[in-house]
Amino acid sequence: MTHENWNGFKGGAWQNEINVRDFIQLNYKEYKGDASFLAGATQRTSSVMSKVQELFKLERQKGGVLDVDENTVSSLTSFAPGYIDKDSELIVGMQTDSPLKRGVNPFGGIRMARQACAAYGYRLSDKVEDEFKFRTTHNDGVFRVYTDEMRAARKCHVITGLPDAYGRGRIIGDYRRVALYGVDRLIEEKKKDKAALAEVDFTVESARLSEELYQQITFLGYLKEMAAMYGYDISQPASNAREAIQWTYFAYLASIKEQNGAAMSLGRVATFFDIYIERDMAEGTLTEEGAQELMDDFVIKLRIARHLRTPEYNELFGGDPMWITESVGGMGKDGRTLVTKSSFRMLNTLYTLGPSPEPNLTILWSQGLPQGFKSFCAKVSEDTDSIQYENDDVMREYHGDDYAIACCVSAMEIGKQMQFFGARCNLAKLLLIAINGGFDTTSGMHIGPQMPVMDGDTLDFDKVMERYDIYIQWISKLYVNTMNLIHYMHDKYAYEKIQMALHDTQVERLMAFGIAGLSVVADSLSAIKYAKVTPVKDELGYIVDFKREGDFPKYGNDDDRVDSIAKDMTHRVITELRKTPAYRNAIHTLSVLTITSNVMYGKNTGATPDGRPASAPFAPGANPMHNREENGALASLNSVAKLKYEDCRDGISNTFSITPDALGKTEEERNANLVAILDGYFAKRAHHINVNVLNRETLIKAYENPEDYPNLTIRVSGYAVNFNKLSREQQREVISRTFHQSV
Amino acid sequence: MIGRVHSIQSLGTVDGPGVRFVVFMQGCPLRCKCCHNPDTWDFEGGDEYTAQELVQKAKRYREYFGDEGGITLSGGEPLMQSEFCSEVFKLCHDEGINTCLDTSGVVLNDAVKQLLCHTDRVLLDLKYCDDDLYRQNVGCSIDAPLEFLEYLNEKGIPTTLRQVIIPSVNDDEQSVLMLKETVNRYPCVDKVELLPFKKICQVKYDDMDIPFPFSHLPEPSNSKMAELEEVINSKTVTSN
Repeated sequence: MTHENWNGFKGGAWQNEINVRDFIQLNYKEYKGDASFLAGATQRTSSVMSKVQELFKLERQKGGVLDVDENTVSSLTSFAPGYIDKDSELIVGMQTDSPLKRGVNPFGGIRMARQACAAYGYRLSDKVEDEFKFRTTHNDGVFRVYTDEMRAARKCHVITGLPDAYGRGRIIGDYRRVALYGVDRLIEEKKKDKAALAEVDFTVESARLSEELYQQITFLGYLKEMAAMYGYDISQPASNAREAIQWTYFAYLASIKEQNGAAMSLGRVATFFDIYIERDMAEGTLTEEGAQELMDDFVIKLRIARHLRTPEYNELFGGDPMWITESVGGMGKDGRTLVTKSSFRMLNTLYTLGPSPEPNLTILWSQGLPQGFKSFCAKVSEDTDSIQYENDDVMREYHGDDYAIACCVSAMEIGKQMQFFGARCNLAKLLLIAINGGFDTTSGMHIGPQMPVMDGDTLDFDKVMERYDIYIQWISKLYVNTMNLIHYMHDKYAYEKIQMALHDTQVERLMAFGIAGLSVVADSLSAIKYAKVTPVKDELGYIVDFKREGDFPKYGNDDDRVDSIAKDMTHRVITELRKTPAYRNAIHTLSVLTITSNVMYGKNTGATPDGRPASAPFAPGANPMHNREENGALASLNSVAKLKYEDCRDGISNTFSITPDALGKTEEERNANLVAILDGYFAKRAHHINVNVLNRETLIKAYENPEDYPNLTIRVSGYAVNFNKLSREQQREVISRTFHQSV
Repeated sequence: MIGRVHSIQSLGTVDGPGVRFVVFMQGCPLRCKCCHNPDTWDFEGGDEYTAQELVQKAKRYREYFGDEGGITLSGGEPLMQSEFCSEVFKLCHDEGINTCLDTSGVVLNDAVKQLLCHTDRVLLDLKYCDDDLYRQNVGCSIDAPLEFLEYLNEKGIPTTLRQVIIPSVNDDEQSVLMLKETVNRYPCVDKVELLPFKKICQVKYDDMDIPFPFSHLPEPSNSKMAELEEVINSKTVTSN
């Protein structure tokens, strides 16, 4: 099969089947140089961006939401076209008819939509209320079937953040397919798949798949209609770089119009775009400045993407994130790097448009990445604190070389794997429930197997582990069943029609479980094992606190005695989860990731044996607990690196903060040292790291929210100290000194 | 062989080239008035390590060292445990780990010479360029560190010369020019670093309930530091 818009591309299997990877492998051009070729922002870009900045300002002034259309349910074609500056925009398309205006999306749950409107001074219209009166939402479905035990686990917060009232997200459509093939070809292929189902015996599974294909095909039609509203016919393949970016963006836009999923990630588009950009440049129709401008305009669109959510949700996740994750870099299976000039152009948007949390730019780091790219990434980290790093050498073993990250750390092969997202279980709280024989002292609820409160003056490690195991078995089974129910209902009532249309029909499913409080549990068990821990009981005989005598090894110091406990916990949990089959034959995966909810998990958890007081925040993700790292940053990284990706295939998140001074004296030294640290950490098969190279503004934030900066290191004369270990007064002193420099 | 270690910093980027595993040895015979680590003075404090244990620990970080990094022994004064340090460095060299010694250079005996055989770079903290200042503020003459530097030069050991800049004590151009002259006299010195005097260590003195002798002095301003950097880095040697 061929098409005139493919002229100049090297042909192959991709022409006869939907296979974007094959197209990329045959056509992309590696780039091993440095960043010196990059162009800055054009006048046009700066002008559009300044309009956007104005809108952001207004949005902030209005308490975080600029405008809501409470009458219109968001879908692909329900809004008239919207623009920032119609004549200047190179890439067009908006979720509603006006920038930053939010539509309502009640398919996940009408209550959430109603509350979100009310929170910002709007009222969900009678029209929408009426439309949904006789319609079952995902949320309705789940609560019809939730068992008493599921409700109890949810209520006492031992399992929290379940996607039972909002869109599950974490699904990445292969948005590139629309650009490479055009929508008509995609419809044609889906029709063939549907026809093939008629050849097999009728089962519940085949009937469901057939109906899903019907929905996918219908929504591919809507996608064409949506583009037509903006004056584009996307039935055929894109013919140049601008169209390739535009077609891809339309596909992504359709997905965020249809779904308000928690994380709506983009995939891995930069190197795909690069092939079109190179072709245009070879034809003399595009300059470097023009290429950057296209990337910039695309990224501006991503930066104004919004969903209407409740303030509680925003508070939990530290703002209004959509996790529009774009994976950049990585290596191919054949040993060539997947870094292209457009990988640089994507990162360059942090300069042309300024630093920003969205899109969530994620570097797929490999030992084999070109030095010029490594060095540029380090520079971007130092200048913007806006990017994160994940281990391509590890993930490639599991997902090949055309995977992307959904949300923060969840890898999936693009268009071939999808995820059933599943929040997390509070392991520290579970330990307390186990010790108390099935009683949660925070909520006052009885939950899980009922047995006596653990007796004895001091806690015995073996007995505690024996008891904890019983509860891990119990919660694992409950957790899998709860997830099975939630995703059955999500498929039934809020199926991701356009996103799944951009997947293979036979898709591999991952079911992503999560744990919170890993470092608290590791240190608590270490305290029980290596120190003397005495329980303190309340008047009812429940254990509400602990006394410790003697020291104990703490996670975060590269001490195998305790790090092995953390490693063992993840292995135990995933092993137990795997014992209960997952819905639609999904593969069980596990993450150690809390995003910013570590504070909330802590709030709902009593005092723990490690000495953490009741209600105190957990460390985020897989981070060691605050102030317990005594041997510096690399020791902390080494501890986290011991957690095994094979046990935590949904990701192991580590947040690392370092001052520029602690990285080295000159920019050149800091760059080289950060590259060495990343190479070292990932050579140890660690999975993920968020890098903060902090400036003075960040020090102020660190002063106000110390829990967000557990590793902040500052140079003081001949040695370094942990910022958190300084007194408040010293911290103020350090901040004021930094301020003096800036003025 | 047992050594006494005050503390370990797994990520050091300013005590030698690249990413370094920095070990602060316990015990120092000097009582510099600007000392920022009074907690390392006591020869009885710290944790005991065998050389093997310490190197085993350092090896856990070798993936981070890249082409330039390695181990740095600092202190305290590592020369006071030179036999132990020597064994550590020898083991490091067996493992292909780069070694760096951060010292005041006040001892030069056979054991120290042995240690220097296994040292890839010395960070020599030349406190002042003037004998009087040495006697007043360190408690010894300048002869010992200069003799040490002479030896480094003789052996051709790459050396970084460092000096803490303290307002009203050695923050004048004259003093920095003297330092520059010293640098020029010894070809082994391929790098010189001026470090600003910091007072954050006051809290350590308070904890130990002893006075910080230079507590009355201010920290140097950034502009002052930049000015002196300029003096030391300018190519033309203004000899007088």
